[in-house]
Amino acid sequence: MNYLENRKYVIQGIFILVGAIFALRLFYIQVVDSSYKQAAETNAIKSVVQYPFRGLIYDRNGKLLVQNTPVYDLMVVPKEAKNIDTLRLQQLLDLPLEEVRERLKKARAYSYVQPSAFYQKLSTQEFARIQDNLIDFPGFYINARTARGYPHQSLAHALGYIAEISPRQLEDSAYSGYRPGDYIGKSGIELEYEQYLMGKRGVKYKMVNVRGVEKGSFKDGAYDTLSVAGKNLVSTIDLDLQQYGEFLMNGAKGSVVAIEPKTGEVLAYVSAPFYDPNLFTGKDYGKNYMALLSEPNKTMFNRPVMASSNPPGSIFKLAQALVALQDGIITPNTGFPCNQSLVKCSHAHAAPTNLSIAIQTSCNPYFYQVFRAEVNQGKSSNTFKDTSIGLANWREQITTFGFGVELGIDLPNEKKGIVASPAMYDRVYGQNRWKYSTIYSLSIGQGELGVTPLQMANFMATIANRGYYITPHIIRSIGENGKPKPEYQQRHFTAVEARHFTPVVDGMAAVVKSGTGRNASLEKLGIEVCGKTGTAENPQGKDHAVFVAFAPKDDPKIAIAVYVENAGFGAQSAAPIAGLMIEKYLTDSVSRKRMEDWVLSREYLNID
Amino acid sequence: MGVEQKILGSSRIGMSATPGRHASGSHMLQNIDWVTILLYFLLVGLGWMNIYAAVYSPDNVVNIMSFDINSGKQLVWIAASLILIIVLLVVDYKVYEHLAYPIYGAIILLLLVTLAVAKPIAGSRSWLDLGGGIRLQPAELAKFATALAASKFLSTVNLRQQNFADQMKLAAITLLPPAIIILQNETGSALVFAAFILAYFREGISPLILIIGGSVAAVFILTLLVPKLYLILAITVLLALATWLDYRLLRRYKTMMALWVLVVGMIFSVDFFVNNVLQPHQQNRIKALINPEADPLGFGWNVTQSKIAIGSGGFWGKGFLEGTQTKFDFVPEQSTDFIFCTIGEEQGWVGSTVLIGLFMFLMIRVVMVAERQKSVFGRAYGYCVASIIFFHFLVNVGMTIGLAPVVGIPLPFFSYGGSSLWSFTILLFILIAIDANRSQDLAR
Repeated sequence: MNYLENRKYVIQGIFILVGAIFALRLFYIQVVDSSYKQAAETNAIKSVVQYPFRGLIYDRNGKLLVQNTPVYDLMVVPKEAKNIDTLRLQQLLDLPLEEVRERLKKARAYSYVQPSAFYQKLSTQEFARIQDNLIDFPGFYINARTARGYPHQSLAHALGYIAEISPRQLEDSAYSGYRPGDYIGKSGIELEYEQYLMGKRGVKYKMVNVRGVEKGSFKDGAYDTLSVAGKNLVSTIDLDLQQYGEFLMNGAKGSVVAIEPKTGEVLAYVSAPFYDPNLFTGKDYGKNYMALLSEPNKTMFNRPVMASSNPPGSIFKLAQALVALQDGIITPNTGFPCNQSLVKCSHAHAAPTNLSIAIQTSCNPYFYQVFRAEVNQGKSSNTFKDTSIGLANWREQITTFGFGVELGIDLPNEKKGIVASPAMYDRVYGQNRWKYSTIYSLSIGQGELGVTPLQMANFMATIANRGYYITPHIIRSIGENGKPKPEYQQRHFTAVEARHFTPVVDGMAAVVKSGTGRNASLEKLGIEVCGKTGTAENPQGKDHAVFVAFAPKDDPKIAIAVYVENAGFGAQSAAPIAGLMIEKYLTDSVSRKRMEDWVLSREYLNID
Repeated sequence: MGVEQKILGSSRIGMSATPGRHASGSHMLQNIDWVTILLYFLLVGLGWMNIYAAVYSPDNVVNIMSFDINSGKQLVWIAASLILIIVLLVVDYKVYEHLAYPIYGAIILLLLVTLAVAKPIAGSRSWLDLGGGIRLQPAELAKFATALAASKFLSTVNLRQQNFADQMKLAAITLLPPAIIILQNETGSALVFAAFILAYFREGISPLILIIGGSVAAVFILTLLVPKLYLILAITVLLALATWLDYRLLRRYKTMMALWVLVVGMIFSVDFFVNNVLQPHQQNRIKALINPEADPLGFGWNVTQSKIAIGSGGFWGKGFLEGTQTKFDFVPEQSTDFIFCTIGEEQGWVGSTVLIGLFMFLMIRVVMVAERQKSVFGRAYGYCVASIIFFHFLVNVGMTIGLAPVVGIPLPFFSYGGSSLWSFTILLFILIAIDANRSQDLAR
């Protein structure tokens, strides 16, 4: 009996051995190995990003330019979507049957139990149509979110658009806060002010069950963060003026930029042809984008800041005059003969006996001679060296007007344009191998000059201010009662003293009163407009029409540049547009309906 | 005195108000093993709370007593168990020995009836519908019936004499119920009968059976885990080493050769057994044990999720009702077979180890109780009880932590379910009843 009784120890030993093995194994998986805890978290805790409301954008009068509109994604959970009437679904969504099957397959491939987007960005109307029928489609549900909406369909180029962040941006450490699928500003204000508009994302930790169904917040939301809405922006744009500008430019190509001289605030920013910014918010974003991109009129080209290769034409004579006055090359009373052997003059007129008359008549030989005196001041006995020294001196002063440099507007992709420099000619012709006869076309705003429409408008603002400008900007306030960025509050003085502006301004007034800019005249309304026409030579086709102006002459409220491509003389198309814009802005109405009809008729495109 | 007591005892049912009855009653209360009873109620109570935790849903909190959820229903089973316990303790303890064979026979009959009339539930024809929504699984009752019959048989023969006919009879008693149960497609419940080998070992069968059984299991598992070539090399080296240590083995080279051929043959037959004999779901359970990561969403799901739930509990656990894995349906069968996951996740290593300790305590206590029985019947029965509890504990906890294949058998006293709770209550309290009256067997 005894040896059998000892077997009780064997049996108890087996019991204790198993218990000990279990306790050790448990110690390993519960305490030592942390991978199970991580697995449990990814299992049951889902972080849900709380998207903040993107900041809204208002115009200067408080009208909404950009808002957030609800869009609806049709989601599907393949596991629950069984025995779906694909034929009816196809009719509801207006999709080909294969497409419906394809999308179902894609959703299943993504996950059998997790929801994925079956159809993105349904409009409110589509949503309303589908919603009532959804009850017959188990596994399908609507997920609401917001997209950008543009109630006025205006200002597309300046506003820009948002789209899903690109894979390349995601790899960039500068975008470390973004995740795949996030929306980000891609151009315009949306891009420039992304950091203010985007707000701060919040995260909610939710517990989910095995089927991904939410089962409440994790630890009662102790780790959750709230989302903070993006800052609203107040634009400098006057929506009424903007829309009027787009109305006038509809069907044309070119730019209209209007600036409030005292503040540098951009009042209107028209890039024609333009498009409805809403095209980039719907489900057809990709299709619309590609269509616009391949369009021959280059609709996507943001002309006011990017059209930098075109010479300014005659409007540049104003700058020539100002620099020459400052350098003492001429006085307001200097006269030059209209010597057509030097350079042709487009208008037949008497010899200008003073600067104002020269401006009024846009006399080419006059400015030929002014610029020659400017660059050949006799600082060197060598003509070549003298021209080089003179051009360098001239360039230094001309760039203080914002030509040839990026002005620094709060929009992306601004181009700096071209201002001829000695180095540039040295490169082309060789040092000491070029002289005034090589570069004389600069005197009348042709040749090696490239000025953006924004720079033209800024030039007008500078003259209106009699010698300084404030960097043009399109956002006046970050947050509803905020301030513009500090760089948009300081004056940039030109190299030309204020007193030299008077004869130039007088000449510009004469241009509108009795010169080439009469189509911009508002004399009947008692508003004295100062302007200058220009025609930019275009080697590819018909010349581009230019008209720059500001008004009223004393205490100017608006400076404007109008650039119409392939429209010939500035007087015929650009001047009337500028005049109408000025009237619209200053009087809030348009009295010259005939002029408006003329502009809209586009007949100027057919005049040679 | 002793004789008188025996006579009184045996005729107690028919007689009221005899001195013997008084003596018996007071004896019972004096001798009843309160430690085991305390452990029983501790396990049942903890089980009940964890069943509640397993079905608890934070966004739809239901009272623990509600009959809509498993914990409420379990309360009914527990209450019924109390009645069962009183009946088991009041009935003359001798009935269990005297009626061991009839009870066994009745249960065999019930198993056969079930096999014949039961409608398949999840492929298993083991549930007997009693009407009124109450179902009974006779396979659960077969455990205590077989324990009674085997103990009765052991009390009449002497196993040590290695009488072949007796051994075959014992094997027949033990294997008849699992044979029927396998036909019912309840392989898990049938496996439990392997536990009897421990009890028989105590009662005198050759340790070789235990050793051979253990070795076969070891070779089987190793074949699944280790490449065959390594195993063959290992067994060759092992035999060579043994021969080198003891030259006398050289003289028995034929036995050695036979052993080698046997083991190598078994190594090669395991594949055949797994792939051709086992059913696909059984094959998957074995694959899941070896490498659950191979298909974590398929056959590895239960084991993977179970380990994640337990592993995420950490040292102290997440706290009662704070578990996430067991709450949100990641672990299947949470309140029944995988109830241990709830403890592991919510009570951590500390709680799990305490529970393991409670089971150890109970099993060793049962062995102690068995050892103090004066009758072979009582002692053998006690060991059967300990062995059955042990086997359930081994496989149930083992599968949740990836040490045993997934076999659908419950954790004793703990898992949700009336059949299981009653079967273990009957099993344990028959022993307690026998033990409480052990002094009356003094004279036998």
